Amino acid sequence: MITALVLIPMLSGIAAFFIGGNGFRRGLLLACAIIHSGLTVAAWAVRPVSQLGGWLCLDSLELLFLGITSLLFLVAAVYAVGYLSRETPDQRPDVEEGFLFSNAPEATFTGCLLLFLSTMTLVAAAQHFGLMWVAVEATTLASAPLIYFHRHHRSLEAAWKYLLICSVGIAIALLGNFFLVVSATMTRVSMTVPDMIRNAASLDPAWLKAAFLLLLVGYGTKMGLAPLHTWLPDAHSEAPSVISALLSGALLNCAFLAVLRIQAVCVAAGLADFSRSLLILFGLLSMGFAAVFIIGQMDYKRMLAYSSVEHMGIQALGVGIGGAASFGAILHAVNHSLTKAMLFLAAGNILAAYRTKSTAQVSGVMRLLPVTGVLWIAGFFAITGSPPFGIFISELTILKGMLDGHHVFIAILYLALLVAIFVGMTGVFLKMAHGLPNESIRRPEKRESYLAVIPPLVLGIAILILGVSIPRFLKDAIDLSIQALRMN
Amino acid sequence: MNNWIEALIVLVVLTNLRLLGTSRLIACIRIVAFQGILLGVLPLLFHANDLTLRVMLQAAASTFTKGVVFPWLLSRAVREADVRRELEPIIGYTSSLLIGCVLLGTALYVGWRLPLPGTASTPFMVPAALFTMMVGLFTIVARRKALTQVLGYLAMENGIYTFGLAFAEKEPLLVEMGILLDVFVAVFVMGITIYHINREFDHIDTDQLSSLKD
Repeated sequence: MITALVLIPMLSGIAAFFIGGNGFRRGLLLACAIIHSGLTVAAWAVRPVSQLGGWLCLDSLELLFLGITSLLFLVAAVYAVGYLSRETPDQRPDVEEGFLFSNAPEATFTGCLLLFLSTMTLVAAAQHFGLMWVAVEATTLASAPLIYFHRHHRSLEAAWKYLLICSVGIAIALLGNFFLVVSATMTRVSMTVPDMIRNAASLDPAWLKAAFLLLLVGYGTKMGLAPLHTWLPDAHSEAPSVISALLSGALLNCAFLAVLRIQAVCVAAGLADFSRSLLILFGLLSMGFAAVFIIGQMDYKRMLAYSSVEHMGIQALGVGIGGAASFGAILHAVNHSLTKAMLFLAAGNILAAYRTKSTAQVSGVMRLLPVTGVLWIAGFFAITGSPPFGIFISELTILKGMLDGHHVFIAILYLALLVAIFVGMTGVFLKMAHGLPNESIRRPEKRESYLAVIPPLVLGIAILILGVSIPRFLKDAIDLSIQALRMN
Repeated sequence: MNNWIEALIVLVVLTNLRLLGTSRLIACIRIVAFQGILLGVLPLLFHANDLTLRVMLQAAASTFTKGVVFPWLLSRAVREADVRRELEPIIGYTSSLLIGCVLLGTALYVGWRLPLPGTASTPFMVPAALFTMMVGLFTIVARRKALTQVLGYLAMENGIYTFGLAFAEKEPLLVEMGILLDVFVAVFVMGITIYHINREFDHIDTDQLSSLKD
């Protein structure tokens, strides 16, 4: 079953490059997304056997992250079908600078999207540190052409930065992997996560520390932790919105999963103080950077991107604090993914109607696009951690973890940054939603299309449910994950 | 056998210094390719007494990719872009060489002091690996052309690969091949991106890629 989860999107992705017909490709994309999510649901019900001698395994933690990826991909695939039919293949003027540009061939888009799904599935399922590295690097390579879908100089710049910065970052993680091998040479521990956690006490602590540092820097680059996040705002703002939703919701979490695993090895080896202080440092730094750039941000997609930096910081912080905050951090990963994907999809609708990314030129979304407007406002309250949405619960759980651990100073800093970001976002979001649309914006003839509003609406309902009460299966899965990682 | 291994490692160090001092792009591509071939052959010498099919296969795949496929892909990009030299590097060639010497000293100092468990086959292996990584990173930062940055990335990858070679304990075959495949696809995608950068801007200077900022 695990093999099918990886291979079906991979083979369809390769097929999409060679078999013609846009209708066929869109059908393939949808079919693949439905099969993938069906298999994921089946894997929740019946745990599949591990494969390749324990290298590929789907347990609670893996299923949790695979579930997020699969759900987001299904939603994004539905949205992408609508998006692709809106995009005309001929040249059209750029929304910011007015020059003419065209899109990459649709085959590239669909093919890379499917390969992207396959590689992310592999990251979730891979238990071997080496195999996981291979998969994380592969996600970068599969997604870089997606960022360069609109062929103009800004998206090219974003794609180049993404490719180079992430490749170098991940090369550093490879060095970390070798250090991990060195730390285990004396004991002949295999490089799979459960094995390393079980035998962590026999690893060489000095080499393990160095390995953790390198892996954190490497995967942290991919996860968007400040100050290694520089590729993130560019890539998220220039990619098509549906790709931004997947990058932010699914890809960043894959890197987070890698950080979680290496952190678990460190905790089991008794190096918790060292690794936790580093995670707390990176977490607070990310929140700080995000706050600085969110306040006064003039581009709403960049604002959402910086908000992703903030939330990755919160997750790192939660894992760094440990205790109840570990539960909060994993729950936060779920909440943030769904919320941010919804916001990016809504931003895509706004961009399509207003043809600008500047916050100053958008007003009256509620009047022009009623459904998207409501989602935009709901998304704003959700992402800033207001009740009754999911992020409120997870941020509160992380705060509780801090107070349990008597980290009062960190708690104050955390709250202050959250408030600063809330204030920074309030003005922009409310101004965009209310008021009258600009005179120059034509009222669309039809109402909003179903393919554009139902995907974000589904995610909106999901985060509302998560905010009211955490479903039993989710709570159990997170508890079991924390047990497997021995982080309680 | 150890003499041969040490001779190869000295050659790797020399290729790094040559990379720092050369402005012609084609020459840079050849140097990195040569370095890749040297490192591809190295495992054969390590296992000269117990050659297995696996070792030979691995060496062949790595030598072929780094020594034949990469230079071919990259020189095609150079020809398309019609650039011969890296004219105004951010850090000049003489200073680059001086910095290279400092890096070499640092690598030797750090490499010899690292408390390595087990016995690495020769004491020069780890310093050479560290030096190659540092030169790679330095090249990425100190050069403007997108192509030279890709070469820096490759040198860095070579250094990490050397570090992996320093230990008899190896990653499993599947992972080794996966890493090689990733590096191959990375160079392939970067090559395509360079082609597009050249078409869009009429040059491949990455410091002109600066319209996205806050």
